[in-house]
Amino acid sequence: MIGGMEGGVDAQSLISISLMKIHNSRTQRGGIKLHKNLLVSYVLRNARQVYIKEKYAEIYRMQQYEEVMTVCNEIQELNPLDLDAEEADEEERSRGEESSVCGAALQRGAAQPAALCRTGSAVSGCCPLEDVGKDPEPSYYRSCCMEAPPAAPCDPFTGSGGAHCNKTTVLDLDTHVVTTVENGFLHQDCCCAPTGQSAAKKRKVEFGCCVSDLDDVPDFTRKRAKREDCSFSDYTDTSNISNLISIFGSGFSGLLSRQADLEQICSKQALASLGAWTRAIVAF
Amino acid sequence: MLSPIQVLCSDITTLSLEPEPFASYTEADIISTVEFNHTGELLATGDKGGRVVIFQREPESKTEPFSQGEYNVYSTFQSHEPEFDYLKSLEIEEKINKIRWLPQQNAAHFLLSTNDKTIKLWKVSERDKRPEGYNLKDEEGRIKDISTVTSLQVPVLKPMDLMVEVSPRRVFANAHTYHVNSISVNSDYETYMSADDLRINLWHLDITDRSFNIVDIKPVNMEDLTEVITAAEFHPHHCNLFVYSSSKGTLRLCDMREAALCDKHSKLFEEPEDPSARSFFSEIISSVSDVKFSHSGRYLLTRDYLTAKVWDLNMESKPLETYQVHDYLRSKLCSLYENDCIFDKFECAWNGSDSVIMTGAYNNFFRMFDRNTKRDVTLEASRESSKPRAVLKPRRVCAAGGKRRKDDISVDSLDFTKKILHTAWHPTENIIAIAATNNLYIFQDKLNSEMH
Repeated sequence: MIGGMEGGVDAQSLISISLMKIHNSRTQRGGIKLHKNLLVSYVLRNARQVYIKEKYAEIYRMQQYEEVMTVCNEIQELNPLDLDAEEADEEERSRGEESSVCGAALQRGAAQPAALCRTGSAVSGCCPLEDVGKDPEPSYYRSCCMEAPPAAPCDPFTGSGGAHCNKTTVLDLDTHVVTTVENGFLHQDCCCAPTGQSAAKKRKVEFGCCVSDLDDVPDFTRKRAKREDCSFSDYTDTSNISNLISIFGSGFSGLLSRQADLEQICSKQALASLGAWTRAIVAF
Repeated sequence: MLSPIQVLCSDITTLSLEPEPFASYTEADIISTVEFNHTGELLATGDKGGRVVIFQREPESKTEPFSQGEYNVYSTFQSHEPEFDYLKSLEIEEKINKIRWLPQQNAAHFLLSTNDKTIKLWKVSERDKRPEGYNLKDEEGRIKDISTVTSLQVPVLKPMDLMVEVSPRRVFANAHTYHVNSISVNSDYETYMSADDLRINLWHLDITDRSFNIVDIKPVNMEDLTEVITAAEFHPHHCNLFVYSSSKGTLRLCDMREAALCDKHSKLFEEPEDPSARSFFSEIISSVSDVKFSHSGRYLLTRDYLTAKVWDLNMESKPLETYQVHDYLRSKLCSLYENDCIFDKFECAWNGSDSVIMTGAYNNFFRMFDRNTKRDVTLEASRESSKPRAVLKPRRVCAAGGKRRKDDISVDSLDFTKKILHTAWHPTENIIAIAATNNLYIFQDKLNSEMH
């Protein structure tokens, strides 16, 4: 299996490098080199597979930890000593902040330390993680997009209360705007990820430069709440990459399927930018 | 047979004539293709600036035995110019991707040169006589005053200084949507093929306004694209057979008699992937960068990033021989990916008797493998080590931290900007042409001039 090659090969950095290569190829003299871009897309896919596997392993560990902590908490409630319970909450919060997980849904779960939102369980609901060594090929993609389960009252910004809210995230390389399509609803996210400091709400940070004009977007589109303290320091490669991962569902077809979904409901702007990206690869 | 351990004497001909060894060059001077003609008398090079330079071998002279066999510049011309495709807003590079000579049929020489989009047929002819004694015009070509003409004379041909004229005879344009990577002249001497990333077209040398598409691997939905064509070549003797290689490391032998569209291969040459060697870059390093038929037509030589392989046309399941060109790079693939070196396309070559294969590497090294003795040698093409008539010294690359002999080079000291992508071997003699960035080196094995 992929892994264990030259020491220190980082899947995340490979993804960044690959995307940068594809992006730069659009302005290269002589036109887009189909062969080179095809090879880069293979590296991208390989790196993404490894990255997702690693994330799943981490989420599984987190889930296991949460389950343990829940049990501990229940035990603690019976215990006159409250110190341990507070410590457990602290740990859980810091856990949530540390995790840089795949997909916004998982980030949301991690940002709510006090709640019993079982991010891990949401994921595990669609992908049993008994064996992290198994290739989660069929389900990982959906899992990336799965929302928190219905028992998430602390999240008023969830698109729907449904347990299986389908959500896909794509990034426009031109404007660096992340667009999320959720059960047919379009949201404009941003490249930054919340670091989990704020509880109870899913907050999004927007780059000043990438605020897109959505005035002409149809009624069924809505924006997410903006964070007051938009700061570039919140930007993490990990979350950016995790959003970008969903672009490449499989080879180039990830792009097209997203485009097909979006074409029905998307604003022209998002569609045009995605189309340009696809066209850049096809080029002729 | 050429024993690779026997060293070569070198007669260097360089294109750029800067005196300092580290003088800078422009990108247009970078050599992008090298090709001997069928007799080996002429050697053509193409560069990134769209120019073609042809070298001619000096005939052996009894008076000057040491100048025997040297190649000197014969002709230089601008083959392709940069173009702009207004419809797609794309610039078309003038870089010469390939040159192929036609077999000589009269006094003139013909060659095909191609950039990304357009193939051109050039006629190279000599003029060593000119007519003198015109009645109506004088020596400079000015019209004479008729009143001064008192008698008539018949113009005669007088010898003149040799002049080499190059003229474009055919332009084969607008047939390729993607970048042309190969051209190959058929053994019927009437047709040739051109291959781009997704299609191969068959042309008649005399007809420029149409071509036949014989291979098309473009998927209905471009998003389903999984492989591209990387090289193609006609069989040297059977005019109906050709081979093309793909980015997935497969070779397909096609027979044009089977169908008009040769999408279905006659033979598929593929080596199963070793699952234990899987890495992020498995797909990249398995992509075939060059494919060459042996002179006999019995074998195929392919080059991928780390190896060169010899295939038997009768065995599709695996290659006959695999040669490690620079396996020490296997642990450095990530850095080579970052600096784009992993996408370098190395070419390969057979010697005239198909007993030795040659290919380039980094640090201006090139490698030769003797198929019979299984010995191999690494040589360097550089000004410092290649004075005229000097003898090339075999080089060795040692793994970082390994036991190091004197004159060995460590993997970490390799210069990856100095790459030898294009090499050519004289069709009958032990003379090789090595293109090192903007310099051309021609080496000759004086000890074993004749091929065994």
